Amino acid sequence: MNNRHTVEFKVNGEARSLEVFSMARLLDVLREQLQLTGTKEGCGEGECGACTVIIDGQIVNSCLVPMAQVNGCEITTIEGVAGGDQLHAVQQAFIDHGGAQCGICTPGMVLAAVDLLNRNPEPTEHDIRNGLAGNLCRCTGYMKIFESVVRAYKK
Amino acid sequence: MSPIGKAFPRKEGRKKVTGKALYVDDLSFPGMLHGVTVRSPSPRGRITKISFEGDIPWDEFTVVTAKDIPGANYVALILNDQPYLAADFVNHPEEPILLLAHRDKYLLEEARRNVRIEIEEQPAIFNLEDSLARKEIIWGEDNVFKKYLVDKGNVDEVWANADFIVEGEYETGAQEQLYIENNGAIAIANADKGVTVWGSMQCPYYVHKALVKLFDLPEEKIRIIQTETGGGFGGKEEYPSLIAGHAALLAWKSGKPVKMIYDRAEDMVATTKRHPSRTRHKTAVTKDGKLLAVEIDFVIDGGAYCTLSPVVLSRGTIHSAGPYVCPNVRIHSRAVATNVPPHGAFRGFGAPQSIFALERHMDKVARTVGLTPEEFRRRNFIHEGETTATSQVIRERVDMDQLLTRALQLSNYHEKRERFARENAESNGRFRKKRGVGFATFMHGAGFTGSGEVYLQSVVSAEATVEGVVRILAASTEIGQGTNTIFSQIASEALGLDVDLIEIVQPDTAHVPNSGPTVASRTSMVVGKLVESAVTGLKQTLIGSSLLPHEYGQSEFKRACAEYIARFGSLKTSSTYQPPPNVHWDDEKYQGDAYGAYAWAVYVAEVSFDELTYAAHVEDFVALQEVGRVLNPVLAAGQIEGGVAQAIGFTLFENVVWKDGRMANNQMTNYIIPTPVDIPPIRVYFEENPYAYGPGGAKGIGELPMDGAAPAILNALENATGVSFNEIPLLPETLMVKLL
Repeated sequence: MNNRHTVEFKVNGEARSLEVFSMARLLDVLREQLQLTGTKEGCGEGECGACTVIIDGQIVNSCLVPMAQVNGCEITTIEGVAGGDQLHAVQQAFIDHGGAQCGICTPGMVLAAVDLLNRNPEPTEHDIRNGLAGNLCRCTGYMKIFESVVRAYKK
Repeated sequence: MSPIGKAFPRKEGRKKVTGKALYVDDLSFPGMLHGVTVRSPSPRGRITKISFEGDIPWDEFTVVTAKDIPGANYVALILNDQPYLAADFVNHPEEPILLLAHRDKYLLEEARRNVRIEIEEQPAIFNLEDSLARKEIIWGEDNVFKKYLVDKGNVDEVWANADFIVEGEYETGAQEQLYIENNGAIAIANADKGVTVWGSMQCPYYVHKALVKLFDLPEEKIRIIQTETGGGFGGKEEYPSLIAGHAALLAWKSGKPVKMIYDRAEDMVATTKRHPSRTRHKTAVTKDGKLLAVEIDFVIDGGAYCTLSPVVLSRGTIHSAGPYVCPNVRIHSRAVATNVPPHGAFRGFGAPQSIFALERHMDKVARTVGLTPEEFRRRNFIHEGETTATSQVIRERVDMDQLLTRALQLSNYHEKRERFARENAESNGRFRKKRGVGFATFMHGAGFTGSGEVYLQSVVSAEATVEGVVRILAASTEIGQGTNTIFSQIASEALGLDVDLIEIVQPDTAHVPNSGPTVASRTSMVVGKLVESAVTGLKQTLIGSSLLPHEYGQSEFKRACAEYIARFGSLKTSSTYQPPPNVHWDDEKYQGDAYGAYAWAVYVAEVSFDELTYAAHVEDFVALQEVGRVLNPVLAAGQIEGGVAQAIGFTLFENVVWKDGRMANNQMTNYIIPTPVDIPPIRVYFEENPYAYGPGGAKGIGELPMDGAAPAILNALENATGVSFNEIPLLPETLMVKLL
């Protein structure tokens, strides 16, 4: 448990090889070793979704993922969602339609929305609510987040 | 084209959606240590021993106790009764006693668990009833932090001849703000350069004031910088003074930068929550449904130290009689001490508690008189020229009747009322969902209460650059509500320049003047007005110096700025708060103009109640309000939707479980806030009635939506079940006990 191991994985398309404790949280490694601070910690117990990342096409709470599990994986964080200066449609919709307020849940919420639209390009309201159910927001009351998702896929 | 009323996208939106916005925990400094707090394991008692145990290299740690404090050991706020670190006596569980810093945060956590604090316990009290009954005197002579008496007319002369006297008692629970970003601060401190703190906060100058006292340093030696803030809702109004001070004390002693970030469990167990309340109403009314006398006894639980309780109590007191006219009103209110962590600011600031009681009670009075909730309220609404409970003459156009009519239409209230009554009756004997609809009518005052704004003397500055960019300097913080965007729109309108040419300077007490705290729905209305006058001063300076014609374009403005700065060195103007004319407030008698302006609202809730699971669910929600002119429709609707969602949580979800004065469910797993599947469609509508003294005609908006949902939902639930519920939070287990 307390031994360091080499873990190899890809983050936002870039290959990484790191010496880490195998039980270190992916969240901490992303934030502290890779300086990818867009992934946020809200609760540390998998309830709020602020630390959401995509691993091999699945959204997960990175606060619950030990480094031992990510060997060989491909990880997308909020920093990898936009294509250079070109924002993803979900990001642009969040700006245009009030999907972000304080912004702390936004990286996780955007990734959850991107993942939802990858799996289901034209979700119903019910699909959107359930698709985002693992991500909590305290500012918006969710209405503008739902609208942003709808606008993103209708674009 | 005027930028007022347009849906400009959030100014800092791009960095938020790309993860580039930097919150305090995203910052790091070379050589930085981490800091933690060792807290009291007991609710009340004398500290007898502190021991450092376990297999911990204690000599590597920086340890701070009350003895290390260079200045005064209190958090400067109102009464200065709360210590930064308890020296020999604790008054609530989780009270800070000792601070530790180390470069390795994992070892630090282990060390924290190995500090043993021994306390000789003394009897403690944990709720407002025991405090009122003086079961133990734990604060001052009588456990009372503050009391108010509002006395208009003479209620005592009315009771004997009233057709009806209706009494009721109502309770609300504690509520956690639950911003998704926990409290945090980073400090660098030394005797030579003074103290600098970066942190998540609403009020940089509150922190500044507190640290000046804590370190006994001159004002210019304390510098407070607000980092991007992941939600506040009042929870980052007064509390950041504590965590900033703790980080700074560790930095002062260690000589290194210290980062202190709470995890969720610590943030929930140790920081402020909404004040629990108990309200008693006694109302005299004629058989025609006219209010004759209103007597209200309003009590809030302030926790172990005074903090902001007197002002929370003030707002709750003034709002307790609502948008009704009544010749005789007596409101007696008290904030009392208990041995729980201090309760503090939370959106609405006392008003959601007293409005919950009032709007539940109004339905009860209506039923007693034999009128519908709608008709009873219509007979008592306040109008222009009439006076509130504090004898404030309403000088703005108010049309609660029209608001009510429109809200009931938008929600299809009458049709639903009739249909649900029929359908609910048919469901007898079978498990199914019963439905009901209810509403609340209310108002919310914007800005500081009474003479508060005059005492604050807020200042905003505007500064032009040679590129013709206008920089707004204010201590008002962006905490998600849209300060950056709204200030840009206001300045853009006053200057006739593109919104993109306005820059909002990061709040940093070394550079921005004190525009007051970011609280009390005051940022758009009060500080926004100062932004408007500061930039107008800038424009007039250019016109007065003949560098700018009265009619100008952007290129002329830019040339004029460059020329002025070349000649005079810089171009900066400031504006200081001036109260609107004819505003008078008597702090002694609690009579007069309590607020410069009120927002007025009618909220309608449709609720279903599942007879099998005892779950109540809000199915539809209409929020109609008059908030003056709407400056930005997307941001304004976002404020209302977010506030209503928080209020739904307050009503049906959020239950702080107390065990000997300590929050037992201090995890998001066990303290439930509404998720994306729990919130009904929230339909937001505005009536626009420009306010003469607000920028672009705007009034305050931020707290209003917290006020009306709870009573509307419980009024709807009574409509669905025929049973009256007068306590929140109302969870399925409580419903089951009451309905079985």
